[in-house]
Amino acid sequence: MIDTNVMRTWVKKLTQSQLAIPLFALFLIVIFNVFRDLSFFEVSIRTNNFGNAVLSGNLISILSGASELAILAIGMTLVTSATKGQDISVGAAAAIAGSVFVKVLRANEITLPIILVALLTACVIAIFFGLFNGMLVAKFNIQPMIASLILFTAGRPIAYWINGGATPNVDSPLLSYLGSFIPGIAIPSPILIVIGFVILMVLVLKFTNLGLYIQSVGINERAARLNGINPVFMKLLVFMILGVCVTIAGSMNVCRIGLINHETILIDIEMDAILAVAIGGNALSGGKFRLAGSVIGAYIIQALTITLYSMKVSSTAVKAYKAIVIITIVVLGSPVVKQWLFQLRDRLVKKPVTIAESN
Amino acid sequence: MTFIGKKTNAIKEPVSNTTLLLTITVCGFFAMYLLAMLIWGGGFLNPQQFLDIFNNNAYLIICACGLTIVMITAGIDISVGGTVALITMTCVVLMEDFGFGVWGSLLVALGIGLAMGLLQGFLVAYLRIQPFIVTLAGMFFTKGMTTIVSKEPRTAANEIFLAIKNFRIVVPGIGSYGRTGNFIPARIEPGVIIALLLVLAIWAMLKWTRFGRNLYAVGGNSESALMLGINVKRTQFFAYVLSGILAGIAGYVYLLHTGAGNAANATQAEIQAIASSIIGGTLLSGGVGSVIGTLFGVMSLKTISNIVVASGLREPYWQSITTGLMLCFFILLQSVILAYRKNKAGSRTC
Repeated sequence: MIDTNVMRTWVKKLTQSQLAIPLFALFLIVIFNVFRDLSFFEVSIRTNNFGNAVLSGNLISILSGASELAILAIGMTLVTSATKGQDISVGAAAAIAGSVFVKVLRANEITLPIILVALLTACVIAIFFGLFNGMLVAKFNIQPMIASLILFTAGRPIAYWINGGATPNVDSPLLSYLGSFIPGIAIPSPILIVIGFVILMVLVLKFTNLGLYIQSVGINERAARLNGINPVFMKLLVFMILGVCVTIAGSMNVCRIGLINHETILIDIEMDAILAVAIGGNALSGGKFRLAGSVIGAYIIQALTITLYSMKVSSTAVKAYKAIVIITIVVLGSPVVKQWLFQLRDRLVKKPVTIAESN
Repeated sequence: MTFIGKKTNAIKEPVSNTTLLLTITVCGFFAMYLLAMLIWGGGFLNPQQFLDIFNNNAYLIICACGLTIVMITAGIDISVGGTVALITMTCVVLMEDFGFGVWGSLLVALGIGLAMGLLQGFLVAYLRIQPFIVTLAGMFFTKGMTTIVSKEPRTAANEIFLAIKNFRIVVPGIGSYGRTGNFIPARIEPGVIIALLLVLAIWAMLKWTRFGRNLYAVGGNSESALMLGINVKRTQFFAYVLSGILAGIAGYVYLLHTGAGNAANATQAEIQAIASSIIGGTLLSGGVGSVIGTLFGVMSLKTISNIVVASGLREPYWQSITTGLMLCFFILLQSVILAYRKNKAGSRTC
C-alpha cells in the first residue's frame, strides 16, 4: 500500500516536473530508433586522417553536432527567463563573431595566444552587439524579438562586409584540434567544450545569486526592483552572456569547417535554439528556467535530425518532418492537452476518489 | 448654446496611438519620396517606378495585412513566407502535371492557406501554445513540404494562366516618355488591384465590424476583453484563419507575378511583412495598428531599397543594412513616443 503511494507521488512529481517533456521526447526518439534499426546506436573506434583513434557513430555525431546549439540554448534560456522574449539574431551575431575570429587569425601567424586574442576580440564584438540588443530591450522596453529583428536583418550583411565579400578559410592543426579531435583523446573536442561550458554555468548559477536574480526579474520586474535588484542591469547581463555563447558557437563552427561563409554559418540556428528552450519545458514567456531542459532539448533536436538523415530523408525535406515532431511534442506538453489526458485516464481507470485527491 | 460649445471644446479626445503612429508613417513616406525625387530625380520621377513598387510587392502587401491582424491580437505568424512558397510550387505542379485549370489551382491555393490558418489558429487559441512556436513549426513544415512537392524550380505554361499573368491594366494619362520620345503609359498588374481591394476591405473590417473591434480589445488587454463578454479564443482563432487565407491569396498573387514555383520563393517574406507592419505603426504587444499604415510600411521599405540603389550602393548587403537601420529608427521612435504619452497620461490621472 505504501509502495503504490510512493510510486504514485513519484510518477506525479515526474509528470509535473519541467523535465517531463524533454525526457519524454528523448525517450520517444530512442524507442523509435530501437524498433527501426538497432545499429543506429553503434559506436565504433576508427582511425581518422591524422592517424588518431577516435570514436565514431551516430550517437557521437549527435553529441558533437549539437554542441553549438547546446551552447546557444543555454544563453537563450537566460535571455528568455529575464526578458520574457527571445533573441532571434544569434545566427547573425555568430556570423559576425566568426568573421571577426577569422579576420584576426588571418592577420597573424596562428599560434595558441593568437587564437585566444582572436576569441577575445570576437567576444568583445559579440558582447557589443548583445549590448545593443540589450539596450533596446532594457532601456526602451522593446520586445526582444522585435529588437533583435534589427540585427537579424543586418547581421549577416555586416559579416559579409567584414569578410570583404569572400569566404576566407583558416587552416591550422591547432584549429582542427578545437573543431574536431585533440590527438590522444578519442572524444570530439566540441563535446568537451560543451561539458566545460555547462559545468562553468552550473557553478556560476550554484554559487552566485545570478539565477535567482534573472528569474525574479522575469517573474515580476517591479517586485525585483523593490527588492533591490536592478532589472536593467540584469537584462543587459543576460544579453552579454548570450554574446559570449554566440562567440563560442561561432568560433567552434569556424574551427569545425575551417572557413567562414557568412550566408551558411549556423543558418536557422536561432529557430533551433528557441525550440530547444521550448522543448526543454521552459516557458517562452519568461520566469523560471531549467538549463538542463534546454541542453537536453538541443540534443533532442539534433537526434531528430540525425535520425531523419539516417532514414535517407533529403536535407531540405528534414524541416517538414522536424516540424511535425516538434508540434506533436509541444501539443502533448500543452497544459490543456495534459489536463484532458489526465481526465481521460481517470475516467478509464475509475479509481476511487480519496479526499486528498479531490482537493 | 455657449455652454455646449465650451464643453465640446473642453473634452477634446486625445489622438489614439493607432492614429498617431499611422500619421508618422504616412508623413515619413511622403517626405522620403519627395526628398528622393528632389535629390536623385530620374527614376523617382518616373511613375512606372512608383507603380513597380506595387507590382513587385503586391503579395507582400497582402501577407503584411494578415500579419497586422495577427499582431493586433498580440500574436505573430511567421509561417506566411513558407505558405506562399508552398502554394506557388503546388499550384504550378498541379497545373503542369495534373491538368488543373486556373480556378482549380486558385481553390487549392486558398485551401492550403485556409488549412494552415485553421491548424495554427486552433493550436494557438484553443491549445494555448505559444504562437511563435506554432508558426515557426508552420514555417519549417511549409518550406520542407515545398521541396517535397518538387526540388527543381518549375515554370507554369498553362495558356489561360499565362494570359492572366501577362494581362496589364493601363493607367490612363500617366506614363513616361521613352528615348525616342514616344509615350509609354504606366501599367499595373492585376495582383495590385487585388491587394489594394483587400487593404480597403480589411481596413473597413477593423474599423466598423464587431469582429474588427474585438481584435483590438483582445490584443490590448485580453482579460478586460473577456470580462466585456468577448470570446477571446474565437477572436484569436479567426485572426490566424484570416492570416492563413490572406497568405493563400498572396501565394497566388506571387504566382501571377513570377509564374514559377521555386523553393526559394518569398524567402524572408515573413520578416519583411513583420518589418512593414512595425514601420506602419503596429505594436507587437498588441492592440495598436492599422492596415493603411502597413501599406505605407511596405512602400517605405521598398522605397528605401530603391534609394540605396540610386545612391550607388549596389552591393546587395547595403539593402539589408538599411532595412535594419530603418527598422531600428522606427522601433526607437515608437518606443519613445509611447513612453512619453504614457508618462503624460500617468501624470494627468495622478
